[in-house]
Amino acid sequence: MTASEPRAVSDSDLDPPALEKQLAATWRTPGGLWGVLSTVDHKIIGRRYIITAFVFLALGGVLALLMRLQLAGAERRVLSADRYNQVFTMHGSNMMFLFAVPVMEAMAVYLVPLMVGSRNIAFPRLNAFSYWLYLAGGILLWAAFALNMAPDVGWFAYVPLSGPQFGAGKRADIWAQMITFTEVSALAVAIELVVTIFKQRAPGMTLARVPLFVWSMLVTAFLVILAMPTIMIASTSLILDRLVGTHFFNPAEGGDALLWQHLFWFFGHPEVYIIFLPAVGMVSTIVATFARRPVFGYLAMVLALIATGVLAFGLWVHHMFVVGLPRLGESFFTISSMSIALPAGIQIFCWLATLWDGRLMFRTPLLFVIAFMVTFVMGGLTGVMVASVPLDTQVHDTYFVVAHFHYVLIGGAVFPLIGAIYYWFPKMTGRLMSERIGRWVVGLLFVGFNLTFFPMHILGLQGMPRRIYTYPAEMHWGTINLFVSVSATILTSGFLLFFIDVVRSLRHGPPAGANPWGASTLEWATSSPPPSYNFARLPVVGSAQPLWDRPDVLPVVCGLRADRRELLITSLRSAEPQARESSPRNSIWPLLAAIASTVMLISSIFTPWAMVWGAVPVLITLIGWFWPKGTPEDEG
Amino acid sequence: MARHALSLIALLCCGCAGWQSALDTHAVQGTRLAHLIWLFVGVCAVVWVTVTVVLLLALRKKNDCPDDGPHTPAEASERRMARIVRAAAIATAGIITSLTIVSFYATRELTSAAVAALDLRVRGYQWWWEVTYLDARPDQVFITANEIHVPVGRSIHLRLAAADVIHSFWVPSLTGKQDLIPGRENTLTFTPQEVGIYRGQCAEFCGLQHAHMSLLVVVDSAADFEHWRRGQLAPAATPRGPEQETGKRLFENKACASCHNIQGSTASGTIGPDLTHLASRHYIAAGSLATNRGSIAAWLADPQTIKPGNNMPRVRLNAGELNALSAYLAALR
Amino acid sequence: MKEQVQLDVSGLPLHGRNEASPTCWGTAAFMLIEGSAFAVSIAIYLYLLSIAPSWPLAAAPPDLGPGTVVTVILVLSLVPNWLVGRWAKQDALRKVQLGTIVMCLFGVAPLVVRVYEFAALNVWWDSNAYGSIVWLLLGLHSTHLITDLADTVVLAALLFTRHAGRRRLGDVEDNVLYWNFVVLTWLPIYVCIYWIPRL
Repeated sequence: MTASEPRAVSDSDLDPPALEKQLAATWRTPGGLWGVLSTVDHKIIGRRYIITAFVFLALGGVLALLMRLQLAGAERRVLSADRYNQVFTMHGSNMMFLFAVPVMEAMAVYLVPLMVGSRNIAFPRLNAFSYWLYLAGGILLWAAFALNMAPDVGWFAYVPLSGPQFGAGKRADIWAQMITFTEVSALAVAIELVVTIFKQRAPGMTLARVPLFVWSMLVTAFLVILAMPTIMIASTSLILDRLVGTHFFNPAEGGDALLWQHLFWFFGHPEVYIIFLPAVGMVSTIVATFARRPVFGYLAMVLALIATGVLAFGLWVHHMFVVGLPRLGESFFTISSMSIALPAGIQIFCWLATLWDGRLMFRTPLLFVIAFMVTFVMGGLTGVMVASVPLDTQVHDTYFVVAHFHYVLIGGAVFPLIGAIYYWFPKMTGRLMSERIGRWVVGLLFVGFNLTFFPMHILGLQGMPRRIYTYPAEMHWGTINLFVSVSATILTSGFLLFFIDVVRSLRHGPPAGANPWGASTLEWATSSPPPSYNFARLPVVGSAQPLWDRPDVLPVVCGLRADRRELLITSLRSAEPQARESSPRNSIWPLLAAIASTVMLISSIFTPWAMVWGAVPVLITLIGWFWPKGTPEDEG
Repeated sequence: MARHALSLIALLCCGCAGWQSALDTHAVQGTRLAHLIWLFVGVCAVVWVTVTVVLLLALRKKNDCPDDGPHTPAEASERRMARIVRAAAIATAGIITSLTIVSFYATRELTSAAVAALDLRVRGYQWWWEVTYLDARPDQVFITANEIHVPVGRSIHLRLAAADVIHSFWVPSLTGKQDLIPGRENTLTFTPQEVGIYRGQCAEFCGLQHAHMSLLVVVDSAADFEHWRRGQLAPAATPRGPEQETGKRLFENKACASCHNIQGSTASGTIGPDLTHLASRHYIAAGSLATNRGSIAAWLADPQTIKPGNNMPRVRLNAGELNALSAYLAALR
Repeated sequence: MKEQVQLDVSGLPLHGRNEASPTCWGTAAFMLIEGSAFAVSIAIYLYLLSIAPSWPLAAAPPDLGPGTVVTVILVLSLVPNWLVGRWAKQDALRKVQLGTIVMCLFGVAPLVVRVYEFAALNVWWDSNAYGSIVWLLLGLHSTHLITDLADTVVLAALLFTRHAGRRRLGDVEDNVLYWNFVVLTWLPIYVCIYWIPRL
């Protein structure tokens, strides 16, 4: 700091209107293309993440409809075998990697800094970078599909089918590299969430006062950090086998086809909890708000989250019950797979207890929670069924399993997610969605989903394997399949109505105000939508339900500067203030680094040397990113 | 043979897809598994109904109260609720433990070693099944494809291998599935209890024509099985008449012989299915078409249209050649 | 809602150190990610070993020479690394500048030897699965060395500019921590590649 610099402007120096004006100037994202490309505002990035993910959901839904069209009758010719195999691979890969995980992380990116009472997420430029990388990965996959080069080996790409000998062309390489894009993106967000939740909580928000959604995102972030490196190593090994002749998965040279399955599922099982645990957090939040009371059993809920996260790493072999592993080992995994029902059950019981002793407001978010409970419990119970090794030998790789995982993914994650959109849409946009249309959406989705997927249990038990592009008429699966395909239109109409409601409400929804639901968590203490700086003064928290326990007064912090981007670092356990950390300004470098990384990663699909020469632009953009700019944020 | 054909037709006509169903079982293992499935379905259904009823009761009590703000529930009711939740958690743990134990016992029962009457090797190819009947006496070993015959009431032991990618052997009416994995040999044992024909299908995505990789398991009486076995050991039927003789000559001289084997001819290829007794099988091309001269001719004319992407190339044949070949092959019982 | 000021934080420092520094936590998270990747790679090594009829597969164990030299260099480098960390805590800029340049050299040295190390593995990556996993392990760690070297070089350059304030010294402390990690993760990999085949 030199003598010619103006005196630092603290928020204690300014009265509220002037403070807001100064903060708005400090934290603003400029309009126009430059603003779009250089913003580091977690709300803007979170919003675009959510929208992009829902675009991928819609695209994946179209793929599902294509499959249902093909399977509506025996030996139909809507899709050729090759096209169908690409379509089902795209459907699974798109839904898992481009929709489910990113949308949950995106909701957290938007909500967590607000819920913990901070101004921005930790490492905001990394946040921007992660979105661009995610977008690039999604475009890579869909461009491949448009060019008839989509992967066609299933979303888990078993070797040797996806290996160099049987996986012709670049299809499997594109799949493997898409994984790299999305996993780096997810890991980046996970790091940001952990650091935000650990170090940027409002003063007084001890660990026992952290909202359940934030807890669920913390556990999820750790799952991402510990599970995704495995899939990165696995997909790298696959590309190496295909590109440079390594033999990780080649049994003829000491490799093993099962090694791929172990690696994939060691990641793959935690992956579904990465999708599910955020939904658990959303359900807890909605239940509390609409039962007008805190969730029953806070400690049990937190421990159940952590137990689920830990157990999630001990289940993976249940995807491999028919590969011929030793019986004793398999039985261990039956025990672990069954036992994860216990923390899930405890969560259900606590929610039921909350609803039982609550004063219920039946708004659309709560209706989605009800739909979730009925559907997810059924999915969890079929999960208990497939956890049994002998039972699984009949239903593995059949439509029974397809039914099971759609019950837990759509029932367990998508229903809470849509409910969460209805719940937080007012906060993000300042407008309420339509209660009337919302009820129709719940109804159509719930009825459509169950009519579509319940019969698949029967199909599986009647011998219909999965991933078949057609079936002979003599199998008599045609009637049920036709019923399923027709029901899928009901499900589709539910989603369409939802998208219509979103678009309508953006323009015509009634204004929401700061806290339309009368909820208890900090994001509702600021305006809807929040200003770029989130809170004019950062809140101080004295309980787990800050807005309920002191509804008329919000205790706040003063002493932060308003002329530089500042937020508060607090201690891990008891959230005592430790430092006034700066938060980076808008920067174009994350986009440039993402472009450089994209070039490097896509080129390396075709030649390994791309990792060498491609690293140079990446290094340059990273230097540009981290080189200090001499702004006030660099002080200290 | 004729009896099998009739029962097959009867099955197809009655609209019962019971020949490939985990709930319509005809072997010791399959039946045991079906019982397990029903037990689990019963228990899980009760749990689901209970949870749903409790949920509906919880909702029914409060009909959209006016919002008089958040409230803290009373200590006493929270304590009571804690007791109930704890009890529910313990009940859950109990149910899970019981189901695990039941499952464990089922596994033990299903893997109890009975002395196997038959030892077969099933090797999975994209997209067909090679079946070798093993025997200590080399002259009793024979190879067939896509159709397995077994005697009723005896324990059948399968060695499962894969030639290219991962496949999965699954005949749900008889037993659960097991994968065929390159570089490993897995095993599967089952004891059929009823004479009949049961259909199976590859249950691990194995590429383009995974949907068309089915197989039949024909459970015969002891006498019928022995009759069939002797027939399979014999060399191929000698061609009758000039058309069939022409067909045999064509088979030996054209590309057919480089992939297929017919015992008693000079064709000894091992890449494709063994055709020595092709016409004794109910289907050709792993369940694609019922076996008769017409379907064989259709297949020969253009296998790629019937099963796109399969590994049999299209060999150009004129009408005369097609007739001769199909006559010859259709007579290979 | 009415706001009521309850806490004044104007006295807090503008930049936290160690436990109060977000970048330190970010570095720790990054170490957890990379550590998981290394753990998985070693697990792959042990898995392939467990299914192999003999180990190493159709190859002599890697020559001990270059690998041991790299290990010695890396372990020795912990000393200047620790010193740089201490000097950074003491805000001794001059010493830190010197020390970081030394650490750059300590980052280059193992990379030079590593070239010989790859050649001394006695197996190619495409010979068999054993060759593949050994090259993957060594390759992953080499990538670490390279990225940390790049990091250290840029940091060294920054230390000679006007940006060499307290914040930069905090970055130096993070880098010190990360170099410890790079050395520490090498040790089990070294044991894996060089000593397990000799058991």
